Amino acid sequence: MTNMTNAFPRRKTGAHRASRGDRTFQWVAIGIVSLLTLLILLPMINVVSASFSSSSAVNAGRVLLLPVDATLNNYMTILNYKSVWLGYRNTVFYTVVGTFINVVLTMICAYPLAQKSFSGRKFLSILFFIPLIFNGGMIPNYILMRDLKIINTLWAGLIPGAINVFNMIVARTFIQTSIPETMAEAARIDGCSPARYFFSFVLPLSKTIIAVISMYYAVSHWNDYFTAFLYINKRSLYPLQLFLREILVNSQFDSSVMSDPEAARQLQGLAETLKYVIIVVSTLPLMCIYPFVQKYFVKGVMIGSVKG
Amino acid sequence: MKAKRIRVAWKRDWQLYLFMLLPVAYIVIFAYVPMAGLQLAFRKYTAQGGIWGSPWIGLDNLIKFVNSYQFERVVSNTFILSFYGLTCMQVIPICFALIINAIEKPRFKKVTQTIVNLPHFISIVVLVGMLMQVFNSRTGIYGVLYEHFTGQYPTDLFGKLGAFRHLYIWSTVWQNFGWQSIIYIAALAGVDTEQHEAAQIDGASRVQRIWHVDLPHIQPTIMILLIMGIGRIMSVGFEKAYLMQNSLNLKHSELISTYVYRIGLSGIGRTDFSYATAIGLFNALINLVLILGANVLSRRLTETSLF
Repeated sequence: MTNMTNAFPRRKTGAHRASRGDRTFQWVAIGIVSLLTLLILLPMINVVSASFSSSSAVNAGRVLLLPVDATLNNYMTILNYKSVWLGYRNTVFYTVVGTFINVVLTMICAYPLAQKSFSGRKFLSILFFIPLIFNGGMIPNYILMRDLKIINTLWAGLIPGAINVFNMIVARTFIQTSIPETMAEAARIDGCSPARYFFSFVLPLSKTIIAVISMYYAVSHWNDYFTAFLYINKRSLYPLQLFLREILVNSQFDSSVMSDPEAARQLQGLAETLKYVIIVVSTLPLMCIYPFVQKYFVKGVMIGSVKG
Repeated sequence: MKAKRIRVAWKRDWQLYLFMLLPVAYIVIFAYVPMAGLQLAFRKYTAQGGIWGSPWIGLDNLIKFVNSYQFERVVSNTFILSFYGLTCMQVIPICFALIINAIEKPRFKKVTQTIVNLPHFISIVVLVGMLMQVFNSRTGIYGVLYEHFTGQYPTDLFGKLGAFRHLYIWSTVWQNFGWQSIIYIAALAGVDTEQHEAAQIDGASRVQRIWHVDLPHIQPTIMILLIMGIGRIMSVGFEKAYLMQNSLNLKHSELISTYVYRIGLSGIGRTDFSYATAIGLFNALINLVLILGANVLSRRLTETSLF
């Protein structure tokens, strides 16, 4: 123990000798970061507070950081607003099924491309890389979707972006760097086929990366409005984000879908307040899950930063 | 000889090729077929002819676009918005990472980082919705505070032409600066502590160490992200710009991508697939030149490149 402290005498004195300038800098840094954190938090707190406030307080602009005339009525009204729940249901479907398709396609693509001995690997990697820097764009994609009769079907929410090349590269890099190649070699000598090696070794050892890319895909499904906006115009297939666009951006509340007339009448005066409620209801799931799974997201960013 | 090698590779790896079958089919159909579809830019689209059979008209569509009165507007709007955004989204996350990295309180760092990452998970629709609520001149926090200090309500920011770009960029900064900084913070964790100690002994202050030790260490990361940022310049958000568009800010908010949509798909006015495709092609080509150029430049200057 004494040896240890003697081994690094400088570090200790160095810390003690932190100059006044450096100490000031510490406080300035803490001040800046605190300020930025507050700037992030304030609008979010304001939105949440407004969602719990009475509509008269919201309309009069009396809500800042705490709910005014706290009430749960706004949330009760939204419970009756069918579009939101239809959107929720569709989005959950697109997210769950879509993410499953994404992960399967990504892993069966990443695994062969991670094998150094796989011939054609270079050509195929380039094949997947080119679309990242050059693509057909909106109109040719639309015509393709139309010709394949995908428009206005459930597939429109699942097929576009089924493989994200960035995620695929992240998965490939992970397999390459964390599963030793000697293991593949040994398995092959023991007569294990590439497919069996994939299912009994690669997949179980890739649990982390599967978690990472599933979360990336799930978030992008949950938040996506662009593909649905282009390829779906049947309301029964709308994901949540398209209904949100109607309500939040275009200010269209459809009072005819309210289940009881009393609520429909209330809706008019509540419109501004309900927007806050809808922001909370649609975003809450991700916000609540995030702090617990943060480390996976960060890990994904870090693997992705290793040159692909 | 070659045939034999192929046979050996096939015999050993046929299962791997089978794995690749579905992903390759997917990428060919959904990425390469639309690329072939770009030929529509040089044809006059007819419903019977489609992409492969409509009559050729050469460069007419591209020439028409370059000569149209919208050309200058949408191209300059796209470039201005992109460069404004690129500058902010490169500089601010780097500064934030350097500052938070210098703080010696692990708990504080962890909590603040979690908070600043949160907005990344807000969808664009909700973000624009929040923006509209927060900046509402009567009920929003902006309007309320403005009224509190000046005694009168502010003019509606969404109706102000000059406000569009700032609202667009700074809401993006608000949403993503924390997320963008993760990669730099991760890179900074790899700085050798001995370098810091050596610099300290030589009398370097913390600020000097950030400049001479931390910053050079993350320079390759900065270059890679810069190239990727430049590669995205022309694809600057259809999604957000379209949501924020209204008749009052159209002069600044009409970008190449939103214009393509207006011409080709919106159903407002006469729909012209060929013309819209030509504009899209113009966009894609500039994008390609920019990313290849940035890559070459970076390789020359810093020996770091994406490919």
